[in-house]
Amino acid sequence: MAKIRIATTSLAGCFGCHMSFLDLDERLVALADLVEFDRSPITDIEHCTNCDIGLIEGGVCNSENVHTLREFRKNCKILVAVGACAINGGLPAMRNFIPLEECLSEAYLDGIGVENPQIPSDPELPLLLDKVRPIHEVVKIDYFLPGCPPSADVFWAFLTDLLEGREPSLSYELVHYD
Amino acid sequence: MQQFIQNLAEKNQHQVTHLLEILREIQARYHHIPADAIEQLALLLKIPRTQIISVVEFYSFFTDSPRGQYELLISDSITDHMLGKKNLMEYIVSKLKVGVGGVRSDGLVSLDNTSCSGMCDQGPAGLVNGHALTHLDRSRIDTIAELINQQIPLADWPAEFFQVDDNIHKPGLLLSQGIVHGQALKKAMARGLKATLQEIDQSGLRGRGGAGFKTAMKWQFCSEEAENERYVVCNADEGEPGTFKDRVLLNSYAHQVFEGMTLCAAIIGAKQGFLYLRGEYLHLVDKLQSVLDERRQFGLLGNNILDRLDFDIEIRLGAGAYICGEESALIESLEGKAGIPRNRPPYPVSQGYLGKPTVVNNVETFYAAAAIAVNGGDWFASVGTAKSKGSKILSICGDCARPGIYEYPFGTTMQKILTDCGAEDVLGLQIGGPSGTFISNQEFDRKLAFEDLATGGSFIVFNNSRNILDIAHNFTHFFAHESCGFCTPCRVGTSLLRQQLDKIVDGHGSAGDVVALEELCQLVKTHSHCGLGQTAANPVLTTLERYPELYQSQLKLISYEPGFDLDAALETARRMANRDDAGAHLAQTDAE
Amino acid sequence: MTKTITIDGNAIPFEDGQTIMDAATAAGVYIPHLCHHPEYTPHGSCKLCTVRVNGRVCSACTFPAAEGQDVLNNTKDLNDDRQKITQMLFVEGNHFCPSCEKTGNCQLQAVAYYLNMLDDHFPHFYAHREMDASHHDVLIDHNRCIFCTLCVRASQQKDGKDVFAISGRGINKHLIVNSKSGQLKDTDLEASDQAAHICPTGAILIKRTGYTVPIGERIYDHKQIDEVSLASEAEDHG
Repeated sequence: MAKIRIATTSLAGCFGCHMSFLDLDERLVALADLVEFDRSPITDIEHCTNCDIGLIEGGVCNSENVHTLREFRKNCKILVAVGACAINGGLPAMRNFIPLEECLSEAYLDGIGVENPQIPSDPELPLLLDKVRPIHEVVKIDYFLPGCPPSADVFWAFLTDLLEGREPSLSYELVHYD
Repeated sequence: MQQFIQNLAEKNQHQVTHLLEILREIQARYHHIPADAIEQLALLLKIPRTQIISVVEFYSFFTDSPRGQYELLISDSITDHMLGKKNLMEYIVSKLKVGVGGVRSDGLVSLDNTSCSGMCDQGPAGLVNGHALTHLDRSRIDTIAELINQQIPLADWPAEFFQVDDNIHKPGLLLSQGIVHGQALKKAMARGLKATLQEIDQSGLRGRGGAGFKTAMKWQFCSEEAENERYVVCNADEGEPGTFKDRVLLNSYAHQVFEGMTLCAAIIGAKQGFLYLRGEYLHLVDKLQSVLDERRQFGLLGNNILDRLDFDIEIRLGAGAYICGEESALIESLEGKAGIPRNRPPYPVSQGYLGKPTVVNNVETFYAAAAIAVNGGDWFASVGTAKSKGSKILSICGDCARPGIYEYPFGTTMQKILTDCGAEDVLGLQIGGPSGTFISNQEFDRKLAFEDLATGGSFIVFNNSRNILDIAHNFTHFFAHESCGFCTPCRVGTSLLRQQLDKIVDGHGSAGDVVALEELCQLVKTHSHCGLGQTAANPVLTTLERYPELYQSQLKLISYEPGFDLDAALETARRMANRDDAGAHLAQTDAE
Repeated sequence: MTKTITIDGNAIPFEDGQTIMDAATAAGVYIPHLCHHPEYTPHGSCKLCTVRVNGRVCSACTFPAAEGQDVLNNTKDLNDDRQKITQMLFVEGNHFCPSCEKTGNCQLQAVAYYLNMLDDHFPHFYAHREMDASHHDVLIDHNRCIFCTLCVRASQQKDGKDVFAISGRGINKHLIVNSKSGQLKDTDLEASDQAAHICPTGAILIKRTGYTVPIGERIYDHKQIDEVSLASEAEDHG
C-alpha cells in the first residue's frame, strides 16, 4: 500500500506544535511505516506536491503566509489547522489591537535603541497584513486540532483515525485550548 | 449647567422614571450628555451613575461627546434610499463640509444616519435637533446650509421644511367615521364596562402592532390581576421601517386614541396612562399636549371623568431605539432604563410598568377600541375574515403614485391595494416592514390578514428597477444597528449576518457562503430572546426562499474566498515600506 | 403527589416556583449555561440553556416548570446550536486561552469543551477592548467579557454595592464600573466581594493568584463542566 503523504509548515507560529508532534516519540517509528513526509522541517522540501494531509501551524500574518497556505490548499487533499494560532490567530493576533502603523514605527522608526531608522523595503521581504488571521479565514479548512500546542496524543488520535478510515474525533481529555 | 440640571431634576420631581425626559433636555441644550451632568444627576436622582451611562449609551439620540449645535440626522430607510438618499447624502456632506458621523470643526453642525424616521411617504427625510424634516432635496439642503451657517434658530426656518402631511388616500371603516369626543366613554358607561369588554371581544379586535393578540383577552387578564394599581400604555414607538400610520392617527385623530386609552383604563381599573411616543415624532408633542388639555377641560381626562373615573395620560418620548416598540422593552424605557426586553413570563398584563399589571396596546388598537365602544362589536366584525376581523390601516410607500394612508378590510388582496395606490411594474412587496415578509409579484392574490400576510402597517412597494439584494442588505444592516445586545444569538448573530450578507452582495461569496448564510439565519431566528432577533433574518430568509438563484448567481465558482479584502490588508505595510511591486500585492483568490 | 416534567424522556420532579433549570439541576440533569448562577436572579441572556418545551424554544433558566412539559435538552440539534452560540462568544471577544490565567478554570472554555467545539467557525471580530489594571487587587480584561451580568448581579444582590453595569447597545455592549474616573480602583470593590469572584470567564481576575494551581490540575482539566456544575449547584437548586 502506498504511504500516506504528509506536508507540514508553520506560518505565524512558534514551531511549538511541530515540537509537540515530535513528542510522539517511539510512536513516530510506527507512523513512519505508514506515512512519508513531503514539505516539512525534517525533509528540506521547499514546495509541497500531491499530499494527502497538510498540517498547518500558525496564523496568517503576512503575504508569504498567504502564498504558502494557498499552495498547501492546492496540494493537500485534507488540510488541518493545528493549534491555537492556526485556529484563532493565537498570541501573534494579540498585535491586532495595535494599529500596524504603530507596530512598524515602534520597531523600525522610533523605538528605543533603533539606529538608522527605516522601514525595511526589500522586495524579498513579505509585507505584513494589518491583522493576523486564523487560516480558516483565508482558505477552506477540513479539520481543526486545538491546543497550545495540541498534545502528541491529539496528533496520534487524529492521524490513526484518518489512517484507519474513521471520521476523526477527539475525546474530552484531548480537547484543550491552552 | 449645574443650575440647569437642578431645575430639570426638580421639574421631573427627581423621578428616575423620567430619566429619558431629563436626558433629552440635556442633549437638546448641550448637544451631548456631559460627564459632569451624569455625576450631578446620579446624586439628584439617587441612582448609580452607571444606570445613567447605560441609558446614554443605549439610545441613538444621546451622545457622550458633543454633536453640532445643529444635529442633522438623515433617515436611512429603504424608502429614503429609493428616493435618492445616497446621492443626497453625498451632497449634504459636500455642502455642509462635514462627514457622516462627524462634527464640523466649528462645532456648528454634525451629520449622521438615523433609522427610518417615519416619513416614508414624504422623504427623503431627516431630523434636525429632533425635529422632522421632509421632502429633502438639493435646494432645501442649500437653504439649510445657509441657515446653519448664519446660525438661524430652527423657529425661524421656513415652516414648509417641517411640514408633515397626513396623505390619507383611502379611509375605510374607522377613518371615514370618527367618533364624537366622549361618545365612546359615555356609551361604555351606559352599556356597562363588562358589557363593553364583551363588545370588544365580540368585535374580534386583535393587536394592531402586528403580533395580533386578542385585545379583549389582554384587557380581561389585566383586570383580573390581584394587584389593583394598574397602567395603560399606548405604544406609539412606531419604529418599523415603512410604518407611519400611527403618526397620522396621532396628528389628526388623537382624541379618539386617547379615548380608547381611557376606555381601557375604565375597564381594567387604571388611574395612569402613558403615551410612549417615538422620539422621531417630537413635532407632535405640543399638539398632543393640547389635545390632552382639551380633554381635561371637557372632563374626559383627569379626576372624576363622567363622575366615574380618575385617569390621566402622560406623554413620554423615546430617544432613538427600535427595540422599544417591543412591549417589555418599552416598559423598561418608561421606567427610565435601557430598552432591553424582559424575560417572559411574567407578561406585562401581570407585571408591567413598575411591576404592576399593565396593558400595552398599539395606537391603532386604542383608536379602533373607541370606535367599537360606540358602534358595537358586530359593526366591526362585519368586515374582515373569520380570523381577522375589521379593517387595517396601512402606510403605503415606495414605488407607487400615491404613497400615504389606506384603510382596508382584512381579506383584501395585494392586487387591489396595488391598483389603488398606483403601483405599476411591481417586482415585489415588503409586508410588515423588515421584520415581516417579502413577497414576489407571483403572490399578489394573497390577502391582508393575520392568517396570511400580517402587518403592523408597513407596506413597501418595489418596482422592477429595484434590486432584491439591496433591500435585504438595507434591512439586515438595520437589525444589526438596532439589536439591543442582550442575548448572544442576536447581539453577535445580527452582526455576523450583516457581514456574511455583505460578503455575498459585494461579490466575494463562494460555494458554501449561501448555505452558511442560511444556517446563520436559522440560528438567529430560533434562539433570539425577542421578536427583533427572531425576525432579523426574515429579509434574507424570505428573499432567499423566493430568489435562490439570485443569491447563487452572486457566488464565484470557487470553493472558498476570504471574507476580508486581502490586498487592502497589505495597504499600511505597502505604504510604509514604500513598495508597489507585484510581490507587494495579493490576489483575493487563488483562482485569479 | 409530586409534580413532574419530562426532560429527554425522564420524569423530573419540580415544585411550584422552580424554573426548568432549577428542577433539572436538583434532579442531576445538566443543562449548559453561562449567565446562570443559582444564587442570583436568572438573566436568560447567554441562550446556552436553550431547550425545547413541547416544541417551543425556551431559556431553561428563566422558564417556569409546569405540568405537562415535555422538555428536550441533550439532543444533537440543541447541542449543535449551543456550540454555534458558544462560537459566537469566542469570535465576539478576544479569547486567547494560552495567555489567560483563567484557562482550565474557565466556564466559557469548559462549556466549549463539553460541546466538543474544535474551532471558532465564524470570522473573528478582533474588537479593540481595553484592560483595567488600576485596582490593587482585581483586574478587568474586557477582551473576555461575555455580558452575562453575573458580576453586576453579585455586586447588587450579594455585596450590597453597585460596582458593575453593562452599557452600550448591540455589538457595542461593554462592562462599565461605578466610579467617576471610570476606573475600577475608584470604585468600592474589594477583593473579598462576591462580584470579584463570580466571573465565568477570565474577564474579572484576582491579581497575584492566577497560577497558584498549575495548568493541568485545574477544575476542568479532567472533569467535565456537567459534573462540576451539578456538584456545586444541585444544592442551591434543591
